Amino acid sequence: MHIYLPIAEVSVNAFLLLGLGGVVGILSGIFGVGGGFLITPLLFFVGIPPTVAVATSANQIVASSVSGLLAHLKRKTVDLKMGYVLLAGGLVGSGFGVLIFNYLKSLGQVDLLVRLCYVVFLGIIGALMFVESLRAIQRARKAGGVLPRKRKQRNWVHALPFKMRFRASGLYISAIPPLLVGFAVGLLAAVMGVGGGFIMVPAMIYILGMPTKVVVGTSLFQIIFVAGFTTLLHAITNHTVDLPLALFLLIGGVIGAQLGTGIGVKLRAEMLRVLLALLVLAVCGKIALELLIEPSEIYSLAKPGAAE
Amino acid sequence: MIRALILFLLSLIPLKAAAQEEIVLGLSQSEVAITARFDGSDMLIFGAVKRETPIPEQPLEVIIAIEGPSGPITVRRKDRRFGIWVNAAEIEVASAPAFYAVASSGPLEQVLDRIENERYGITVDRAIQAVIQTVEYGNTQDFTEALIRIQQENGSYQRLENAVAVDQQTLFRTSIALPSNLTEGGYKARIFLTRGGSVVSMFETVIDVRKVGLERFLYNMAQEQATLYGLLSILIAVVAGWGASAVFRLIRNG
Repeated sequence: MHIYLPIAEVSVNAFLLLGLGGVVGILSGIFGVGGGFLITPLLFFVGIPPTVAVATSANQIVASSVSGLLAHLKRKTVDLKMGYVLLAGGLVGSGFGVLIFNYLKSLGQVDLLVRLCYVVFLGIIGALMFVESLRAIQRARKAGGVLPRKRKQRNWVHALPFKMRFRASGLYISAIPPLLVGFAVGLLAAVMGVGGGFIMVPAMIYILGMPTKVVVGTSLFQIIFVAGFTTLLHAITNHTVDLPLALFLLIGGVIGAQLGTGIGVKLRAEMLRVLLALLVLAVCGKIALELLIEPSEIYSLAKPGAAE
Repeated sequence: MIRALILFLLSLIPLKAAAQEEIVLGLSQSEVAITARFDGSDMLIFGAVKRETPIPEQPLEVIIAIEGPSGPITVRRKDRRFGIWVNAAEIEVASAPAFYAVASSGPLEQVLDRIENERYGITVDRAIQAVIQTVEYGNTQDFTEALIRIQQENGSYQRLENAVAVDQQTLFRTSIALPSNLTEGGYKARIFLTRGGSVVSMFETVIDVRKVGLERFLYNMAQEQATLYGLLSILIAVVAGWGASAVFRLIRNG
């Protein structure tokens, strides 16, 4: 069954869209990432123009994140207090990020910079997470399947003022690190044009020391607002949100997110981190290859004014 | 614009003198309605040649060109810099059609003289190169050739030789497949009669391609009430997310 998308101005198979939404929704539910860095390239592949793909996937991410968040709220695996603090930092960060993005755009080559950003950040985050979580799995094996609870690390994070108690995460730390993490992620997310889940999740685990189970739900909470804000911005300035496209993607997406959350709860925390690390590395590798291998067609067409 | 006008006026002069053969045209549909279920469309174009004089010796050939709405388009070229492939050069073609199909009753080189092609701008390269205005890089030829190549590969530009059937030098018909990624606007259809490579008669009409119903409504809303549209999109997303969660809870509990 084909459906004509009024904004994208192409006709695509409705079941294909449902499937795409579903796959990304499952990943979103498992890992707490919005999936923007996955669904946008997939939509390009189906033939949706890049500007419409970016704007519409932001809208789809809102839906799958709400769906995933509600499932996590039910299991009490969301630290709402931490979410608000991260969000406060994040909104300021994305404000600055948009300014930086526009500055880079005036210099030209913003597209290349975004790609390099992807490769560098995805590469570093993916590699660090992969090594760390493999070690955690080995440790767990030696200890007979049960991970010995580490003593709470005492680093610079714990020496800062304005301490707050984050009950769901079992943390008593200063509000400054979460604000900074939120700010940095918001900044990068705005420049790179993504929700920032794949940066936020590792940052919460490794910098803030939050338990992995709480991280996913809290990340989803934060992504809803960032993605919602992005959708609105695209709808008003570029008129590139395609509602029928979003609808088919999100029907698949919300169902996928529910299934994904169920899978995520059953997986062990270290396994979850290994899989996320592999996913991040795979996307990083794909972008790096695109930059390194000679393309079969060195020319490309774009409507004037589009980013890519 | 002025050049196009002069060309047009020039083209009228010989036609007036030689308009012994006129085209009577029929279309399977004079407008294309894009609905939610739109998935491409076959346009049947048929017609007859009306003449008061005996049929000339030279065989009659028919060329049909359909041109979609034009707009500016950016063509970028990647180059290797510091070991990575980046968009290193770009030109902006001031105007290129979103769709272009040329169907002819024989091989184009045989049924149409090069000079006649230049005068009427029949093949797609004439339709594009005639409108390039900005030249920032030395050789723009490579860029426009790439534009045509890419558009041909995705079916937006078609060259259909031997696709027009001509009966008794009087009746002709062809079918042109309009792709599913059709852009809205007026599609200019031109029919040329040629003898010995020269155009002896020409007919022009416009096929209207329009979104209708829900497609029209959503498109207008996205353009004219952008804030409301954006908020509506988010609301639908939140409700869908909540709905799925509620349904799954029911399934698990029930």
